[in-house]
Formats: sequence, structure tokens, C-alpha cells
Amino acid sequence: MKFNRRDFLKVSLGTTGFILLNSPKKAYAQESPNKSSKAVLVDTTKCVGCWWCYAACKHTHYLPETTKPDPENPPELNSDVWSTLATRKEGEQWLYAKRQCMHCEYPACVTACPVGALQKTAEGPVIYDANKCFGCRYCMVACPFGVPDFEWNDPTPWICKCDFCADRLAEGLEPACVDACTTGALKFGNRDELLAEARERIAAAPDKYVDHIYGEKEAGGTSWLYISGVAIEEMGFPSLDSKPVTVNAQRAMGAVPPVLLGAAATMAGIYWLCKRRDKMSRIKTTKKEAAK
Amino acid sequence: MQKKRSFPIGTSILTILVILGLAVMIHRFINGLGAISNLSDGRPWGLWISFDLYCGVALAAGGFTLAGAVYILRLEKYRPVVRPAILTAFLGYTLVILALLVDLGQPWYIWHIIINWNVHSPLFEVGMCVMTYTAVLALEFSPAVFEGLSRSNLPAVKHINWRVPWGVIRAIQIPLVIAGVVLSTLHQSSLGSMLLMMPATMHALWYSPILPVLFLLSAIAVGPAMVVFESALSTRVFSHKLDIDILGGLAKIIPYILGLYFLLKFFELMAVGEIGLIFTAYPQNLLWWGEIIIGVILPIILLSFPDVRQSHKGVFWASVLVILGLMFNRFNVSMLALGMRPGYIYFPHWMEFAVSIGLVADALLVVWLAYRFLPIIQHEEVVEAKAS
Repeated sequence: MKFNRRDFLKVSLGTTGFILLNSPKKAYAQESPNKSSKAVLVDTTKCVGCWWCYAACKHTHYLPETTKPDPENPPELNSDVWSTLATRKEGEQWLYAKRQCMHCEYPACVTACPVGALQKTAEGPVIYDANKCFGCRYCMVACPFGVPDFEWNDPTPWICKCDFCADRLAEGLEPACVDACTTGALKFGNRDELLAEARERIAAAPDKYVDHIYGEKEAGGTSWLYISGVAIEEMGFPSLDSKPVTVNAQRAMGAVPPVLLGAAATMAGIYWLCKRRDKMSRIKTTKKEAAK
Repeated sequence: MQKKRSFPIGTSILTILVILGLAVMIHRFINGLGAISNLSDGRPWGLWISFDLYCGVALAAGGFTLAGAVYILRLEKYRPVVRPAILTAFLGYTLVILALLVDLGQPWYIWHIIINWNVHSPLFEVGMCVMTYTAVLALEFSPAVFEGLSRSNLPAVKHINWRVPWGVIRAIQIPLVIAGVVLSTLHQSSLGSMLLMMPATMHALWYSPILPVLFLLSAIAVGPAMVVFESALSTRVFSHKLDIDILGGLAKIIPYILGLYFLLKFFELMAVGEIGLIFTAYPQNLLWWGEIIIGVILPIILLSFPDVRQSHKGVFWASVLVILGLMFNRFNVSMLALGMRPGYIYFPHWMEFAVSIGLVADALLVVWLAYRFLPIIQHEEVVEAKAS
């Protein structure tokens, strides 16, 4: 049985060493938000519900195109709808708030994805690589905004979501929806500049706006920012605190290497102790028998 | 003798269930997940994740707890139940993987997880551990197969010396068991870490930073309970006898672990000042009380009576409670208390049930075959252990 213990030590040290060497240094904190990353400011008070953003998104991403939706029954985000409008009737007037991926600064989907198919780029977009995905849908469950969608009726399904027109951004263009916006409700720019502008707009017309920039702090901040006349949460957006949703999970994952080492060492130690205990008691009994 | 005759009827029912499950799977691979499930963008995870993954992995904890007890703590008394425990654990994990092959959108790309590592993802860790641990369990169980083959009279296998591979496995048995315990510790808790990502959508009665610890503890408690449950059933079907001393001993440890689990759960709620929710958060508090009473309080009370621990019926029903309570808990955290997208309701489609039931039937058939043809209860290791 001598072989066992030595063999075990070799194997356990080898594997833990391998795992430790392969795990990156930053087990807990992810890269801090890039202050100059791109963002879009949505001013819902300027939106008139023309649905051009919706049409432009469908056109740009080759999604099946439809007629102009009815505000009574707006389309929900799904694998064919990456951008839509949330609607709400206030008296005689319809209110609209554009919905799409929020492109979080600390994206839950990016942390959740076991194969790293979702990535946050330095420019701002959270992009999806179908070449890595195998369809576990953890991103959909983890997303606090309920954004990623799945091709439920396809035998080879992928995840679908707004990609912030990352290809257009790379060419120096604006996202297709911003380009298509007819009223200036969507504005594309650097995140810090847009935050400053949002504050200015609220300060200039405090009666018109709720004093809150949705997305500035929500879930650690998002690349899409909203200012509105009614609380945006009343339009179906989740009410979130400023802590990234990934914090606790990341802390738990940071404990994995020490737990791995600790558990292996403890088990080996206990095995050794128990074995010794049995051996000693056997020696004792044989000695007693010999004495008799 | 009557028992033996009645069982083939059982096996034919199981076979029908397996075939039904297979038919549904074929339908799914042709027409997509939407065709066989009520899953939606607002409810992307359903019965398969809650039952097959979350319950399945926890209920397979008998493998690592018993292997640890016998090979590491050297509690020789429990050696007769190690092989059944490892077999059911191996089948449990195989089931989890088979269920995932249905649940995953594109299961043929599952190997992507081996080359594309996201070490930040709890699911990555679960995936890696489940894969590795299933292999470890297969190796841990392989002595039974080698022993069975070495006794076989079939012409093709008779001439091979099965004692050679058997000896190799026995030589690395301890490292294997330790690897099994470590891998189980990691992924049983990581199933809890997975849920830590949903602070916004999971109900505060269940969401807690110590979820990984609670998951591990409840898995350790349900391990022996599963072994007692399976032993009781297999004793009935295969009419062999298991000492009440073994089952009672297993049952004795359960209240301690459940007690620790309960204290942690309770004091964590007190520490964050949310203990009031157990009275005010109607209707979710009913789910909470349900899992606590069935799976924790009742078993602790029952198993603290020596009379209960000394009766086959007593330990069996107490174990059933522990198992039901654990399943209740896993359904709560992964389905009932998890909001996901607002406005979506979910009840599993009958074909989702058909897949899960078909897989369980699969495992039962394999268990039945294994007990029939392989040395599971009485084998050389047990005989050796008794002799020494």
C-alpha cells in the first residue's frame, strides 16, 4: 500500500499545480469599466414610436422583417427581434422606451458563459461568438435584464441578442438603430460624455425628467443609458442596485483553487491518520496476543 | 419467488418508458427544443435542469460520501454498500449527462468546454468536474466489472486475465477516491455558485452568498439517505439481506449534517436581517417551510430516536423524507423561487417529463442488469475485509 500514498501525492500535486498554473491571476475582479467606451443615450421623452430603429435593426442583422408593430401589443425580444420598444399609455399619449441588450460594464452573461462565447470588448459592445457556444442558456438565466434569446424551433439553435452593431462600430459608424432614429431620441458617443450630457439635460428641464440616469449605476453600469419622463422601471425595466450581479459568484469561484488544494490535502491527511490508527491497533492486539 | 416473477413486468414497463423517451428525443433533434418543451426566452431552464441536473447530481452524492467513509475514514462496516453506492452515483451522473444532451441546444459541441475555458464561470467548473468525476466513478466501479468478467464462462472473455486491469485499479483506488471526494466537493458547491449570479431574480429567502456551502452540506446529508433508500429497495427486489446495523449507522450521521445545514441557513437569514420573510413572504414562505419541515426538521426528529434507527421501515422513511426535502429545495432554488423574466409562466410539457422519466427508467434497467450479472453486494473485497 506504500505505492498508493506516494502515487496519490504525485497525482494530486500534479493536478493542482496544473490547475493553478492555468487559472489566471484575476480570479475575482474583472477588468474595470473602460471610461471612454462607447455608449448610447436614450432620451425617451423624444421618442415618438416610429419604429425605425426596430426596422433598421432587422434590416442590418438580416432578421425576418415585419410591418410596423402596434403599440398595444409590442413585440418582445426574441431570436428575430433584437431591438424593440416597450410601450405604456399615459392618458392619451403613448410612451416608448427602446429595449435591447444593455451592454453591461460587468456583464453577467460574459461571466456565466462556460466557454467564453460572450465577450465584452474594450469599445463597449458585448459580442457573441457562435463558434464557441453549445446552447446551455446560462447567459439567458443570468442576464438581469432578460435579454439573450434562443432559437427554440431550430434543430441547430444559437443565442441571439443585440451586438451593438460591433461590425459597424469597427468601421467608425454608429449603430444602425441610432443612425435610423428620426427624432434624436438615440445619441451615440463616449460613455462619460453622454453621462455628462444626460445630467445637463435633466438639470435644464427638471420638470420634464425623472432625476435618474438608468444604466449609470444599475448592475455596475451599462453602455446604454436612459433618461425619461416616468421612472423607466415602470416601463418594464428591472429595478437593480449598483452592485454588479457577478460579485458573489466571482467570490465563490475565487475560492475554488484553495478549496481544491485544501480538500485534497485534508483527505490525504485523514487517510494517513486512519490508516496509522488501524495499524497501531493491530500491532497492539498482536503484542497482547504474544504476551499471553 | 413471487417477487422474482413480478419483476419482469416491471422491466417491460421500464423498456416502454425508455422507448417513449427515445422517441421524444428524436422529435427534439429534428424539430428543435420548442417542439417538445414549454421552455421559452423568459424560462430558458426548466424541468431538465431542476430535476436531472440539480436533483440528479445531489442525489448521486452517495458515491463520494460512501467511498470517502470506507476508503478514507476506513469505516469497514459500510464496505458492502460501497459498490451499490458507486454504481448508482455513476448511473446518476450518466443520467445527468444524457439529460444535458437533450437540454443543450447543440450537444454535439459539448467538447467546446474542454478547449474554451472560462474559469470565471461556475458552469464551466460544474461541466469540467462532472466530466472528470464521471470518469472517476467509472474507474471506481470497474473492479466489479473485472470481477464479473473473471468469473464469466463466456468463450471470448474466459481466456483474458481480468485480474491484471483489476489489480491496476485497486492499486490506484485511494487516489481515485480522493479525487472523487475533491471533485464532488467542488461541483456540488458550484451548483450553488451558479445561482449566485441571479441576485436580482432569485427570492431573498433562498439567495445567499453561502449557497455553495449549503449545497455541499445538503448533498453530503442526502448521500447516505440515498444509499439507505436504494439498499432498502434492492433488498426487496433481489431478496438479499442487509444488516440494520449498516443502515442505522448511515442514518445516524444524517441528523448532524442536517442540523449544521439548518443552523447555517437560519443564522444566515438572521445575519442579513431577512429572517422575517419566513413569515411574511407569502406564498414563497410556504415553499421554504415545506422543504425545511420535510427535508430537515422531520428527519432530524425521527432519526434521533434509536428505535427508528433500528428498524428497516424507520430508516427507510426517514431517508425518503431527506430525499424529498432535498428535491424540494433544488426545485425551489432552480425553478420556483427563481424569477427569470417577468411575465412568463412555465409548467413542463408532457414530453419534458417523458425525457426525464425515460432516463430514470434507463438507469433502473441498468441497475437491474448489474445486480443480476455483476458482483455488487457480495464480492471479494467484502470477503477479504471480513476475513482480516
